[in-house]
Amino acid sequence: MTHPTPPAASPPDARSDARSDTRSNARSNASPDRPQGKGLALRAEGVDLGHGRGAPIVTGLDLDIRPGEILAVVGPSGCGKSTLLRAFAGLLAPVAGRITADGAPVAGPSPDRALMFQDDALLPWRSARRNVELPLAMRGVPRRERRAQALDWLARVGLADAGDRLPRQLSGGMRQRVQLARTLAAGPRAILMDEPFGALDAQTRAAMQRLLVEVLATAPATVVFVTHDVDEALLLGDRVAVLGPDGVGTEIAVPAPRDPDTPAPGDLRDRILAALGARGATAPTKETV
Amino acid sequence: MNTALRWPVRIASLAAAVAAWHLLTAADVRLWVRFDRLPGPAEVAREFARQVQHGQFYADLAQSLVRILTGFGLAAVAGVALGMAVARSRWAGDLLRPLLEVARPIPAIALVPVAILLFPANEQGIVFITFVAAFFPVLVSTRHAVQALPTVWEDAVRTLGAGRIRVLAQVVLPGVLPGVFGGLSVGMGVAWICVISAEMISGDFGVGYRTWQAYTIVDYPGVLVGMTTIGVLGWGTSAAVELAGRRVTRWLPRAEGGPR
Repeated sequence: MTHPTPPAASPPDARSDARSDTRSNARSNASPDRPQGKGLALRAEGVDLGHGRGAPIVTGLDLDIRPGEILAVVGPSGCGKSTLLRAFAGLLAPVAGRITADGAPVAGPSPDRALMFQDDALLPWRSARRNVELPLAMRGVPRRERRAQALDWLARVGLADAGDRLPRQLSGGMRQRVQLARTLAAGPRAILMDEPFGALDAQTRAAMQRLLVEVLATAPATVVFVTHDVDEALLLGDRVAVLGPDGVGTEIAVPAPRDPDTPAPGDLRDRILAALGARGATAPTKETV
Repeated sequence: MNTALRWPVRIASLAAAVAAWHLLTAADVRLWVRFDRLPGPAEVAREFARQVQHGQFYADLAQSLVRILTGFGLAAVAGVALGMAVARSRWAGDLLRPLLEVARPIPAIALVPVAILLFPANEQGIVFITFVAAFFPVLVSTRHAVQALPTVWEDAVRTLGAGRIRVLAQVVLPGVLPGVFGGLSVGMGVAWICVISAEMISGDFGVGYRTWQAYTIVDYPGVLVGMTTIGVLGWGTSAAVELAGRRVTRWLPRAEGGPR
């Protein structure tokens, strides 16, 4: 399935309708049942973010994320990428400005907006299957169906046989696949991913990227994908936003996103690196390697 | 260490202590510490063999066990519940912490006079003292475990749709169990100290009472039988707590072949 890249000026709603149609068709083949609904429209208007009394980490942030879009967010370490995701998730209230989901202000966490972490977010005392069952239980799926659905989700991330293993008995890549399955089982309309493949080796990471694209095609949701890897951002995103202490400086639309036959043009990479370089001038960044 | 050797070594350690005891008492050693009047292991064993033929011994044993298990059980529940409340809720913290911090340094055994005044029966007083003794280690360890809990689990589960109760039941409670069991082990130890002391002061049954009783009639082998009984019971209950702890925290990463 293709993800057309909306030009920046197009009205979000018109596009999202067209998209949600293709996506519902795709979903009807999906085996585990999920609540119907398209991706969430997320919006940040003039947002300042920070913890407690200290100076805000991010100021004056404006970001408009269209339903069903995959937005990759890059930026130097410590620029507030994770803080931004926590704010969208409703775990952190903005110091100033407004964050909305489908036009309604975000007041707290909701299963509509699931957060996926880099590592160690699985409950270590629950087996892989029981971790995936957790959001199903919260959605009120009867106990008997939970098991089958959880195993189904695990099978979709290629872990059909690992259901009974504890997180510590799984490799880093397998744990991230379980976390992906758990996140998707919650049926979120937006998935906020905080460098989810950042701790993995290059091969596992490439496999996970392919898996994510594959799974998202059948389980549509708006995705905000934070990464420090420019190539990963270009590979996965419909758009790439470069974040800095004074908000989003550069937003770049990726032509033919996630199409393996049309790799992102080199000049896009250069533009992102230039934007990162300008922003990260004070701090050395791995991103520019 | 070779695993086959571990049990023989453990038994040898106990046997060596008993052998030393036997030698010191049989030779009537007087080296500033005096062993000439202390009963030897053989004498104690004879007295022990005599006592186990009488119903009295088992009645005392059962009485002490019921007291400690009641007090300890109540302390475990209350300690975990209040420890979680104090650590998670600002209101509960502000309301309860000053009270708990003032009460904590008071040795439970010093509450005997209060217990005698408060409770209509001795029995309830002794259980109360045991409860107080075990309560604070459980409370404090729970509180610290809650505060040390990684936030990522709670954040993840909240964004999957969990409310307050579910976070408490499915993230906080299981997550703090390793720390709680540390407190339970300590609590079981002080609970024994306090149940025996309370029985010595105000009991009319129980291992502690019987031990003190033997002392008042200068029956030293009887005193040592009581002490040995307390030691074995204490070891048994602590081992039960440890075993339960390892069962419920099987998910913790553990080095293979490490201690225990």
